[in-house]
Amino acid sequence: MTGGTWKHAPGFYAGDRPQVVTSRFQYEDSYTLERYLATDGYKGLRSALARPANEIHDEVKNATVLGRGGAGFPAGNKWGLMPQGVWPRYLVVNGDESEPGTYKDRLLMERDPHQLIEGCLIASYAAGLSQCFLYIRGEMALAQERVAAALNEAYAAGYIGKNILGSKFSLDIVLHWGAGAYVVGEETALIESLEGNRGMPRLKPPYFPAANGLYGQPTIVNNVETLANLPWLLNNGAAAYTAIGTATSPGTRMVAVSGHVNRPGVFEIINGITTFRDLLYGDEFCQGIRNGNDLKAFVPGGGSAPWFTPDQLDLPFEASQVGPAGSMLGSGAIMVMDSTTDIPRAALTLTRFYAHESCGKCTPCREGGTWLERILSRVVDGKGTDADLDQIFEVGESICPGAFPHASNEKLGIAAVPFPYRMNTICFVGPSAYAPVHSALTLFRSEFDARIVKRTMIKVTAVSE
Amino acid sequence: MTTIDTTDTNDLPPQDPNAVSITINGRTVAARKGDLIIAAADSVDEYIPRFCYHPRMSSVGMCRQCMVEVEGPRGPMMVVSCMTPVADGQIVRTDTPQVKRAQEGMIELLLANHPLDCPVCDKGGECPLQDQAFSHGAGESRFVEEKRHYEKPIAISELVFLDRERCILCDRCTRFADEVAGDPLISFTQRGNNTQVMTFPDEPFASYFSGNTVQICPVGALTASPYRFKARPWDLEQRESTCTTCSVGCRTVVQSSRDELLRYQGVDSDPVNWGWLCDKGRFNFQSINSDDRLSTPQIKSGDTYAAASWSDALESVARVIRHSREGSVAILGGARGTNEDAFMWGALADAVGVTMRDAQLDDGLPESVFSYAQATIDSACAGGTVILLAPDLKEELPVLYLRLRDAVQKKKIRLIEISSHETGLTKYAWKSIRAESGTAAGVIPMLLAQADVSAQLSSGPVVIVAGRPNLAESASHTMDALSAVLAVAPSASVLPVLRRGNVRGALSLGLAPRNGNDAAAILEASAKGNVDCLILLGADPLSDVADIDLARRGIAGAKFVVAIDTFLTASASHADVVLPAAAYGEKDGTTMNLEGRVTSVVQKITPHGTSRADWMIAVELLTLLGHESNFTTLSDIQDAMSAAVPGFGTTTTAVAIKRDGVVVSVAPPSSAPAATSVAGPRNSYEFRLDLSRKLFDRAIGTITSPSLANLATEANVFIHPLDLDRVGAAEGTNVRVTNSHSSIVLPVRASSSVPRGTAWVPFNQIGADVRELIRRNESIIDVRIESM
Amino acid sequence: MARLTEENVRLAREIIGRYPKARSATIPLLHLAQEQDGYVTNEAMSHIGELVGASSAEVFGTASFYEMFKFEPVGKYLINICGTMSCALMGAEELMHHAEERLGIKMGSTTADGKFTLERAECQAACTEAPCLQVNYRYRYRVTPDQLDTLIDDLSAGTLSSEIPAHGVVASVRQHIPADRGVGAVAPETVTENPVWLDGKAAL
Ligand SMILES: Cc1cc2nc3c(=O)[nH]c(=O)nc-3n(C[C@H](O)[C@H](O)[C@H](O)COP(=O)(O)O)c2cc1C
Ligand code: SF4
Ligand code: SF4
Ligand code: SF4
Ligand code: FES
Ligand code: FES
Repeated sequence: MTGGTWKHAPGFYAGDRPQVVTSRFQYEDSYTLERYLATDGYKGLRSALARPANEIHDEVKNATVLGRGGAGFPAGNKWGLMPQGVWPRYLVVNGDESEPGTYKDRLLMERDPHQLIEGCLIASYAAGLSQCFLYIRGEMALAQERVAAALNEAYAAGYIGKNILGSKFSLDIVLHWGAGAYVVGEETALIESLEGNRGMPRLKPPYFPAANGLYGQPTIVNNVETLANLPWLLNNGAAAYTAIGTATSPGTRMVAVSGHVNRPGVFEIINGITTFRDLLYGDEFCQGIRNGNDLKAFVPGGGSAPWFTPDQLDLPFEASQVGPAGSMLGSGAIMVMDSTTDIPRAALTLTRFYAHESCGKCTPCREGGTWLERILSRVVDGKGTDADLDQIFEVGESICPGAFPHASNEKLGIAAVPFPYRMNTICFVGPSAYAPVHSALTLFRSEFDARIVKRTMIKVTAVSE
Repeated sequence: MTTIDTTDTNDLPPQDPNAVSITINGRTVAARKGDLIIAAADSVDEYIPRFCYHPRMSSVGMCRQCMVEVEGPRGPMMVVSCMTPVADGQIVRTDTPQVKRAQEGMIELLLANHPLDCPVCDKGGECPLQDQAFSHGAGESRFVEEKRHYEKPIAISELVFLDRERCILCDRCTRFADEVAGDPLISFTQRGNNTQVMTFPDEPFASYFSGNTVQICPVGALTASPYRFKARPWDLEQRESTCTTCSVGCRTVVQSSRDELLRYQGVDSDPVNWGWLCDKGRFNFQSINSDDRLSTPQIKSGDTYAAASWSDALESVARVIRHSREGSVAILGGARGTNEDAFMWGALADAVGVTMRDAQLDDGLPESVFSYAQATIDSACAGGTVILLAPDLKEELPVLYLRLRDAVQKKKIRLIEISSHETGLTKYAWKSIRAESGTAAGVIPMLLAQADVSAQLSSGPVVIVAGRPNLAESASHTMDALSAVLAVAPSASVLPVLRRGNVRGALSLGLAPRNGNDAAAILEASAKGNVDCLILLGADPLSDVADIDLARRGIAGAKFVVAIDTFLTASASHADVVLPAAAYGEKDGTTMNLEGRVTSVVQKITPHGTSRADWMIAVELLTLLGHESNFTTLSDIQDAMSAAVPGFGTTTTAVAIKRDGVVVSVAPPSSAPAATSVAGPRNSYEFRLDLSRKLFDRAIGTITSPSLANLATEANVFIHPLDLDRVGAAEGTNVRVTNSHSSIVLPVRASSSVPRGTAWVPFNQIGADVRELIRRNESIIDVRIESM
Repeated sequence: MARLTEENVRLAREIIGRYPKARSATIPLLHLAQEQDGYVTNEAMSHIGELVGASSAEVFGTASFYEMFKFEPVGKYLINICGTMSCALMGAEELMHHAEERLGIKMGSTTADGKFTLERAECQAACTEAPCLQVNYRYRYRVTPDQLDTLIDDLSAGTLSSEIPAHGVVASVRQHIPADRGVGAVAPETVTENPVWLDGKAAL
């Protein structure tokens, strides 16, 4: 069985743009080895194996393939961070896609699993990785089936395993799957989970995966989309890759736009150039806000990202511009809210997500996230007080102290602190529970004020002093 | 909370390449590379609040309470001090507004879901959460929502209760169970705000070390049944002491209130116990408070005892000694007392001309084991190879097990184990082989000649851990095995693991056998009518001597028996005069652990009834017997001991003030080495008997501690699953175990930790007594097992 | 209920063999147990502990961290309706209310006949196709209340059983590494050398 009775997952629109990772999406049988081989499949691997590994590593470095999992760190540089002379080293592929709004890795795994496999092989060859684990989110049944079938085909055809293509390069790729926990997408939690444990993040330092990862060995964690870029890169060269996009953000990236737009969808856009306005209003993209409504706000980079308003529509997909504006590109997920949106309720939806997905390891996130959710849901239900709104900031301050990075802070006389924020937590889940409510509260305070009961009956004692 | 002794950490030699210097709140602090900021701060008493950090466990950085500011290239950064190592020139501040705000924030968040239980919480008064909440003046909680609710304390084992509402999820207990004890029977379960510590359904936290989790829990979430609701911390008085339940000699604090012992807590002694205690050592204080304690001297008349005054009782003992034939007074025991007790009884024995004395009960090793180069716990754990010719250390010397396990886990040492059944250390051993009783010495040369083993042996120091693994096997087999190892590794040192609390002290200070007249010989002489006065100094041969027939004959044959004990034990109830002895916690003195380390034990409560310290009894008998004695106080004895025993030097008085004590080298007079034994081959239809101790058995101190009394199990005979088939018995059914001496009936159990052909029976459990089958003149015991 | 069957133990050993440390197979084996019994039984967790060298408490600690593992029986069809941002913006709440009314149960519970369990789920990586749901982890996109009714009718009638296996089965295709092609697990204890292809020369 190849899962062939399944229709492709919908939502992707090709448009008239370069396709680095989505070129096969047009075919009904894009996930088969046959189609893959008919469309230049495994050519990149073959050309890589014909050159010394370090040359391939350099090629990837020169192309500046930015990580697509959220932090945007260039893959070639990341591979170079592993300590010399420590073996074995592992590759862990992050296919746990679960950041709210994010929808791209699943498409890549369901529709073109061989491209991902070829990417894994190229990365492992280039960086000298001894075994590869492909971690797919537990709830993605079809992606697991498609990747499993593709792995089986590729093993049988000699593309994986011992002496690949008759060369001295050997590698096993092991399909691993999760069981439902958002935080496992965080790379150190992913490693814990892969070791059979509760998926609780480790502290960095000392647990930087490149130095001290899976089983304590140097480990590269890369996102699915990051690796899916490599076959095209090997086929076309770094120069062709950097010819797309800008110098700091070369190539393309996949972006999912959801919410109140006329045509929600997934697009492969040109990195660094396409703006949020293009995406939300452009004909080849989302074709405007639904029902001709006004745009109220949008989340630019996955549920963790502080919100933008129409003021930021003209920013391009370029980290060096989005960061100073107070948010992040994250995982390429834009969620659009039109003028009809109930802002406190929208914020609650996201805060509830992070509170629910807290792993429980560190105090501020475990206790603070739930506390924020409780206050907010009281406010949404019309039972909150103004003291509650202050308490939101107090709890937030315990989670990530200092002025929260947000462009609108400037309006309030607080300088925007560029990404990343200061935090009292171990990972970003805690701050992510605060980010949406903070954005909502600072940008749309009146919507909260309209909801609360003006009451000062509850005595409040300051924590400090 | 107890703090660690850090007396030595600051005087570092000047050119130590690992020395770094950092600044904490403007103070210069010397530290070493790899130290954590929080530890460096501790060393100069700059206390950084913490919940999850524990100096003897790996850091997890979870509670976020220990955040401090460190000067960084981009200005001050907040870091967790429990996971950030020091770096030369580092500038740390623990007192800035940012740090305070973070600490207050964490407290507020932790209290959000914490019940307001302090008035009824065992931890109230010694609770870091309570203290920090007060010291930071957090007023009323602004948390107005419903708190988390769980069923109030649930028993997670026989000894420990868990109140999940109070738990702050610091991972200390779970980390301890996994990392330190190797019994990961509790774990975090669920996720996020619903995270809770739990056992697996129907699998209790049955760890020998469970009490430590209660001690290290930073809140009152874990409580121990023997202490729950017994006292408030501010009512407790405490003194530092040493556990003498076994010979590891863990440091403790003994806590009491209103002249009743209420709790022992572990103290971190670096060379010994690192703060840990086993549950037996921690909870057997209950036995000292027992109503069954002997409280007055008693003299037997006919079949009953009559209470007597001390002077009458002592006089009747003195009279018997005076009228005994020359060389017919015998002293058995002494290993449960202090060094001072042993020294005085040794002095008495010398004065009276007692040639029959032994602090062991034919259940240890000959004192010649002390004549080899001696190892310490630290030297065994420091590196190289450790060879185990020993009983199951997890069962007999639990905290030594923890230390060795730790050294293996940290890859400092490799263990080679030769044993007749699997032990607690088997799964940590580099090599573990099963040698049937009586055959270890024979297999050792081959084992140690294997190429990888001999490479391992020559790669570093070798320590042999030697003790009595099997009470149905003669000690000479262990001594032969020891010689066999030394023949291959002549520079190896030996760590003798005789188990009774002060057995080494007693043997070294006057109660070692003379001229090979050990306990077995004494009992044999007594059986023949050659003992006019048998003094049992806290010894219970009827319960402890493996050859029970010999013990019975010996006790019966003695003309007059004196028992000095805390309880009317099996043997004491045959005595003509019973003298109540002061117990642990009721007398001051010193003790010597298995490595020869002398530390103090202290008096915390008044002795029960009229009971007296053993040394006092000896002093009085000396006087009654007409010997001049100028001993009136303990320090008189300690002075005499230092003067009389070479090697003891001036340590005895010094140790009282120093936590870690001093290792002394006192060799007891060594008897002629035991004759070597040769075990004949086992008839293949028979089983070779393996009798060894478990931590919890029916020993008097255990069964008189209510919380431990139920932990002994039913007596069983364990055989290999295939042997069970061969015998044709079903698991758990009764079988008959027979040899030419006797026959007993026991339930049989299959266990793959027992090799084929071996029948393993744990010592002194509830049910038939396998000692009926043992005769000490047979160096191994073979038995038949038949289904019934 | 049950330990792993003989066939599943064979599969379990095959899976364990792919990892440098057996413990890594914990989650895959928990899925296997759930596939076998529809939920994860205590006996299965103890058995998995034996197979991977962990205590039962540790296996339970791991299992209970993850949303997908159930420790008591759930419906044959587990309907997870996404309630996160994009779906919430596009009507997830109404869809959930409709499902509750249609099945006569609240979110988080199971119908009396044991057929359906309803759950509120978090983002399913189908945000552009909101609101969406999964039935035993098979997607339905842009679901209207009417479509939900039809789906429940079809599931009740059994017409979707070839497409949607009973709860417990996630992927119906498994990876299988052929013995003659596989390299085998690369464990830190056994490998200290650099891979042979890192010799400065081309591999082919
Ligand atoms: C809470 C959290 C969740 C994350 N989830 C994902 C995820 O689902 N998929 C992913 O690829 N990266 C995720 N990341 C980022 C990973 O930690 C890691 O940076 C990434 O996989 C590295 O791959 P890249 O360098 O190719 O982007 C997450 C990070 C955090 C803090
Ligand atoms: S921030 Fe939240 S998810 Fe991250 S480690 Fe802390 S508790 Fe876990
Ligand atoms: S029970 Fe105590 S030691 Fe264990 S996690 Fe909770 S607070 Fe920490
Ligand atoms: S190991 Fe021995 S000395 Fe230590 S606490 Fe236990 S019984 Fe006492
Ligand atoms: S003590 Fe450092 S984080 Fe808990
Ligand atoms: S929010 Fe529902 S699928 Fe992403």
